[in-house]
This record gives sequence, structure tokens and C-alpha cells, in this order.
Amino acid sequence: MGVAPLLDLEDLNVHYGAIWALKGINLTVGEGEIVSLIGANGAGKSTTLRAISGVIKASSGGISFQGEDITKVPAHDVVKMGIAQVPEGRRVFANLSVLENLELGAYIRKDTKGIKQDLDDVLDRFPRLQERIGQVAGTLSGGEQQMLAIGRALMTRPKLMLLDEPSMGLAPLLVKEIFSIIEEINQEGTTILLVEQNARMALQVASRAYVLETGRIVLDGPAKELAQNEDVKKAYLGG
Amino acid sequence: MQDLLQQLLNGLSQGSIYALIAVGYTMIYGIIQLINFAHGDVIMVGAYVALGAALMGFGFIPSLILAMITCAILGVVIERVAYRKVRPVSRLAALTSAIGVSLFLQYTMMYFLGADIRSFPADILPERTYTLGGVIVTNKDLLVLGTTLVLVIILQFIIFRTRTGKAMRAVSFDGQAAQLMGINVNYTVAFTFFIGSAMAAAAGMLYGICFNVQPLMGLMPGLKAFIAAVLGGIGSVPGAMLGGILLGMTESLVAAFGGSMYRDAVAFIILILILLIRPTGLLGKGVQEKV
Ligand SMILES: Nc1ncnc2c1ncn2[C@@H]1O[C@H](COP(=O)(O)OP(=O)(O)OP(=O)(O)O)[C@@H](O)[C@H]1O
Ligand SMILES: [Mg+2]
Repeated sequence: MGVAPLLDLEDLNVHYGAIWALKGINLTVGEGEIVSLIGANGAGKSTTLRAISGVIKASSGGISFQGEDITKVPAHDVVKMGIAQVPEGRRVFANLSVLENLELGAYIRKDTKGIKQDLDDVLDRFPRLQERIGQVAGTLSGGEQQMLAIGRALMTRPKLMLLDEPSMGLAPLLVKEIFSIIEEINQEGTTILLVEQNARMALQVASRAYVLETGRIVLDGPAKELAQNEDVKKAYLGG
Repeated sequence: MQDLLQQLLNGLSQGSIYALIAVGYTMIYGIIQLINFAHGDVIMVGAYVALGAALMGFGFIPSLILAMITCAILGVVIERVAYRKVRPVSRLAALTSAIGVSLFLQYTMMYFLGADIRSFPADILPERTYTLGGVIVTNKDLLVLGTTLVLVIILQFIIFRTRTGKAMRAVSFDGQAAQLMGINVNYTVAFTFFIGSAMAAAAGMLYGICFNVQPLMGLMPGLKAFIAAVLGGIGSVPGAMLGGILLGMTESLVAAFGGSMYRDAVAFIILILILLIRPTGLLGKGVQEKV
């Protein structure tokens, strides 16, 4: 390998009170990659992303980003370092307008020109948001909210984007669209860590993948190989 | 008819004081889902600070500003010391802590300044009255209405036009998602206490000028403003203003036409009725959109 990974989780443990949600996770994401993290409900996928973003604190183990230890960095500063998250269930600010949601994505930034540029780019990428720019986000459809959540994360200008089940509850056509947008974003230089229930799609777009089961990584490797793995096929690809 | 107008005017003036207090309740509730029971006592502290300043010869506006700044800082300190650590534990713990702060403020004031009822010096506002079509308007009314109007406009500007205001709205909707935008939730909560408590101080000064100043003075207006906030839909700033004005007017009408004995009872009856008929209040959200 030689080059240090962009993101490196080492023996990461996370507890929710008495619940031991992550039991010593090791995971790396290299610069420019798309890495998928798949697993059943309750496996700890969202917890992994929450720990990286600093929303929940690790009980032991370490997280480093660009070689810097970020295990104890508060969530609002993690964003400033270049890690954006599109959380599970979108979590758009339903009481705010589409524009205000996007502006909040740029909350940490001061470069007015760059913000304007990125806003235009996001609206170009998601014309449907452009049409609904003044509308309150709560009135958007599920798919539009997902676009808004992705757009909002893009507005932070991340180096690494964490996506938590972006295809959840979307019609097949929209799922395809979202995945191709994720690939586009990656090609433009943003590294991606993707959590998905839709293992088939997740393994298609990723270069590498990890399989999480009740808080432990049970498999990892190139996504193409995992897609051929008998256990993975049985458990996550419907036989 | 003139009588009615007169009562409505009195109610408007009283109601705008409630409104100033209620916005603080509602903003703080909106952002951390805590009924800040100490809010009424912040009013009292504000009134004393303003009174002290007035007695030292400061005019209305400097006294007002001094009281607002002092209480804004007091609000931040209260949040930091008494709420921040207990908030994540449980709501009941935070509520209990709030009641503790309330009693602490009341009895600290009583200890140091005694329970005497004090009044603002008359020269802070030499009484003048105007007659408008038979309705008597005092300069006190104008002062209360004017101050409230200015403060409410500033508040609206902060909430809807500034970056921090946007952060406040984001945090009150979804704190965790706000963190993911790089918003410092603790700072935003502290800022909300800062603003809410400054508003309370202004209300305290106005209340003190209209009535008097004593250590337990915050209790009744605090409770009434709480009712106003629930009436308008707790968490909603326009709701709190509307609730305050409506409550003030209702009270004033009841006092004039039903007897002042019933005035306070009516406020509480309104609260119970609202909770029965429309639990989310007049401008409240149908469902709490908390995740
Ligand atoms: N706030 C919380 N408090 C207590 N336990 C929690 C909390 N959040 C998650 N857990 C527990 O931690 C474990 C991992 O949850 P997590 O949300 O990370 O799973 P997931 O893999 O994202 O599942 P899904 O696919 O359903 O989203 C689960 O057993 C869950 O019950
Ligand atoms: Mg999840």
C-alpha cells in the first residue's frame, strides 16, 4: 500500500449505555475510493458513520483522518476537517426552505464566491431542487429530500462523504439515479464511504467492501470478489 | 364601546409584556425541550438591575440595555451551570434543576435586598396621558408597546436573517443533523438563552415600571407567559407573541367586565381549555417533528 489511507478506523468500540454496538472494527478508506459497508439491520453500520462524524464517541480504539487522530474531535469540527455525512433517513431541516438547507451546508464556510459556485453546481446537478428552491423542505418527496441531503453535504465541500442508506425507500429508477450521482461525485474527486442495505448496488459501485455482522467485520475485500462470495450471496443478495 | 377599546388597549400593553417573556420560554423550549422555570426569575433580576440603574440616575434606555446585558449573561450562566450537564440525563432532571434555579434566584435576591416592594423613580417616565377618541393612552402604554415592537423586530431579524438564527432554527429542529453541518450545538443553545433572557429582562423592567419590583414578582408574569407560550404553540415564536397579546387582552376584558377577582383564574382556565381542545396550541405544529 505505502500511502496512508484517508480514513482509518482501528479497533473501534462503541457503546450505547450497556449495548455494545461496535466490537473492535478495523476499516480503511483510501483517497478517491468508493468503499461500501453492508450488513443486516442493527449490525452497526449507522453507528460506524456516527462515530466517524463524532456524533457518538468511541469507548475505545481510534479514528484517524488524513493521518490525524479525530477520535475526540467534536462533531461540528469533524465537518470542518472535510468529512460530511448524509444521515440515515435524510434528516433535512423540514421547517427550513430548500435554499436555507443548502446554505446550512455551507455554514462552516466563509468563501462567499466558492459557496455561490457550489450552490450553482448543486442546483445544476439536481434541477428538481432548483424548481423548489423556496419551498419548505418538509414538503419535498422522499427522493427530493435525499437529493437535498446529498446537496447539503456537498455544500460543505467534503473530502470524504459518508452516505447512510441513500437508496432507502426510493423507487428503483430513483435508486439508479442516486447511485449514478454518487459515482459522479466520486469521479469529481470526493472519496465515499457508503452504507447500504441494497448490497447488490453497493457492491456494483464500490471498489472495496466490508460486511458487518452484529458489531464485527466478518468479511472484507474487493467488491467484485465479495459479490461472488457464496455467504454474501446467500445473506445479502437473495441467494 | 370606548370602554371596550380602553380595555383592549390596556390588555395590549399588558399582553405585550407577556409576549416578551413568552418568546424566551418558547425559544428555549424549542431548542432543548425544557420548560425553563427560572425564566420568570430572570425577569425579576432584570427589573432589579434596571431599578438600580434608574436609581443611580440612568435614563430609560441605558437602564434597559444594562438590564438586558446582565440577564443575557445570567441566562448563559444558568444554562452552563444548571442545565447543560443534566439535560442529557433526563427531562425531569433538567426541570428539577430549573425549579432549583428559580428558588435560588428568588431567595438570593430576598437575602441581599430584602422582601421590600420597591418602585421605579417617577422621573424615569413622568406620567403623561393623551386622549384619543375618548380612550386614554398613557405614555407608559406607549413605552411598553414601543419597546416591545422594537425588540420583537430585532428578534425576528436575528432568527430569520442571521447565520446564527438559521443555526438556532436548525438545532431546534434536529440537533444531531445540525452538528453534521458543523453547527456547535452548545454554543447555539447558549446563544438562545442569551437572547431569551435579554427579552425577559426588558419585560422585567417594563413590568417594574407599570407595577413594582420585589423578589417574587417574576412568579405570576412567568406563569402567565408560560400559558401564553402554550396557548400560541410552544416552540413557535409568532405563537408566543400572539398568545401573550391574546392573554393580556382576555385578562383585561375579564377584569373590567367580570371582576378582577377572576382575572388570574381565567388565564389558567384558558390554559386547560387549550390543552383539551388543541394540545399543540394556536400556531403549534400538528405533530412534534422530532426524530
Ligand atoms: N441511540 C441508541 N441507543 C441505544 N442503542 C442504539 C442506539 N442506536 C443504535 N443502537 C443499537 O446499536 C446497534 C447498531 O445500530 P445501528 O443503527 O448502527 O445499526 P444499522 O446497522 O445502521 O441498522 P439499520 O440497517 O437498521 O439502519 C443496534 O443493536 C441498535 O439497537
Ligand atoms: Mg442504520
